[in-house]
Amino acid sequence: MRKWSLVILLLVLAVCWFGNASAADSTKKLRIGTEGAYPPFNFKDNNGKLAGFDIDIAEALSKEMGMECEFKEQDWDGLIPGLLSKKFDAIVASMSITDERKQKVDFSNKYYQTPARFVTKKGAGITVSKEGLKGKTVGVQRATIHENFIRDMFGDSVVVKAYPTQDEADMDLVAGRLDLMIADATVLLSGFLATDAGKGFEFIGPSYVDKKWFGEGVGIAVRKGDDKLREKLNKAIDTIRTNGVYRNINAKYFNFDVYGQ
Amino acid sequence: MDISIIQDSIPRLLHGAVTTVELTAVSLAFGLCLAVPFAIMRTHRNPLLWMPVYAFNFYFRGTPLLVQVFLVYYGSGQFQIFLTQVGLWTFFQQATFCAVLTLTLNTAAYTCEILRGGIEAISFGEIEAARACGMSGLLLYRRIILPKAFRLAWPAYTNEVVFLLQATSLVSIITVMDITGVARMVASRSFAFYELYITAAILYLILVYGVLSFFRKVEYRLSGHLRHPSLR
Repeated sequence: MRKWSLVILLLVLAVCWFGNASAADSTKKLRIGTEGAYPPFNFKDNNGKLAGFDIDIAEALSKEMGMECEFKEQDWDGLIPGLLSKKFDAIVASMSITDERKQKVDFSNKYYQTPARFVTKKGAGITVSKEGLKGKTVGVQRATIHENFIRDMFGDSVVVKAYPTQDEADMDLVAGRLDLMIADATVLLSGFLATDAGKGFEFIGPSYVDKKWFGEGVGIAVRKGDDKLREKLNKAIDTIRTNGVYRNINAKYFNFDVYGQ
Repeated sequence: MDISIIQDSIPRLLHGAVTTVELTAVSLAFGLCLAVPFAIMRTHRNPLLWMPVYAFNFYFRGTPLLVQVFLVYYGSGQFQIFLTQVGLWTFFQQATFCAVLTLTLNTAAYTCEILRGGIEAISFGEIEAARACGMSGLLLYRRIILPKAFRLAWPAYTNEVVFLLQATSLVSIITVMDITGVARMVASRSFAFYELYITAAILYLILVYGVLSFFRKVEYRLSGHLRHPSLR
């Protein structure tokens, strides 16, 4: 008897739980997937709360569209699968608009665009070229445009090590397991070079913006065919660009306009 | 379902499978070498012998393997200067070494407890008999206790080997390119998650099947005396 009541209780709980999960879908909430490990664009502040340029932009855009936004944290390489399986409706996580990704998701217009660069130890005497990088170990975040770039351009001369988050690549560069690191220049600058850990490291080589890998800038990913949301987002991006909201958020993090040309 | 992606990535996945097998085999070999003396110490009456092993086992069985992997890999990164001074950094610099070290210690702890169960299950009469024949110390362990303990512990040890084979998938997180690591790399670029992970799953199944049939053969040979004469 007691066994049966326990089974029934569990069943009831399970039904309630599923019921709740589906009820949440119908409200006017915009569920946004983000990573939370990519300072200064998205990261956790000292209290463990999400913060950063992406987060502020997402909140400003939701406000503009008259929606309430709810953030869902997700590992970087699980963001697109999470979007496709409807765990959230949009990705605001510094995701670059590329042809490869466009086959799976749709993108809003860009909301910022910054170049990619290499970072290495000061005085390491490395020159950025196929010969100069021969045999060097380069760290990069997994499933990023930077990983595609380094594998395609220098894959035959360097050893590529791919990390789940940028933070972990930073740690290994400091520990000396990596000779170089390639990532978004803005992220490297304020997320690494400007911190204590990043002292003694510097940018080398050119700024990369090749459209083939780095796309048309960073946009907001939505599911294919979700045109209503995409157009609303585009309109909201235009609005905050013109009404000064974007400028204020920009000034909180950078001393130049990250929107690009 | 996109078959061409699977076909294209098979060579790379097989390369990853070699890494997986190597990680498993090396960790198992070193782990077993550690586990045997540990198990003997663990079953000893002297607290100075069993207590350190108990603490070791408690730690490695009581914390998630993922935490252990992070601790060894990124933890050692923080002590890079010290490790360089004592000449160990060249080892800790490699992700593969950190992975093998963690897996070895982890499997040593589990294997030790499995063997302890085997040793403690030996009936006292057999040990008495061995002693009466004049065996003691290492000879007693080598001839009577350990062979018997291994036979008793074998099915449980098979489990541990399968567990370890699958646990190697965690090391992809510290940049080691095993089956999971390769599947992740290819999937994250092609977004063919289903195709890549189902292929990875099949590869693991094949490996586990190999392990199971090998261990079953050994078990069959070890248990000949227990079968009915007509089945021998």
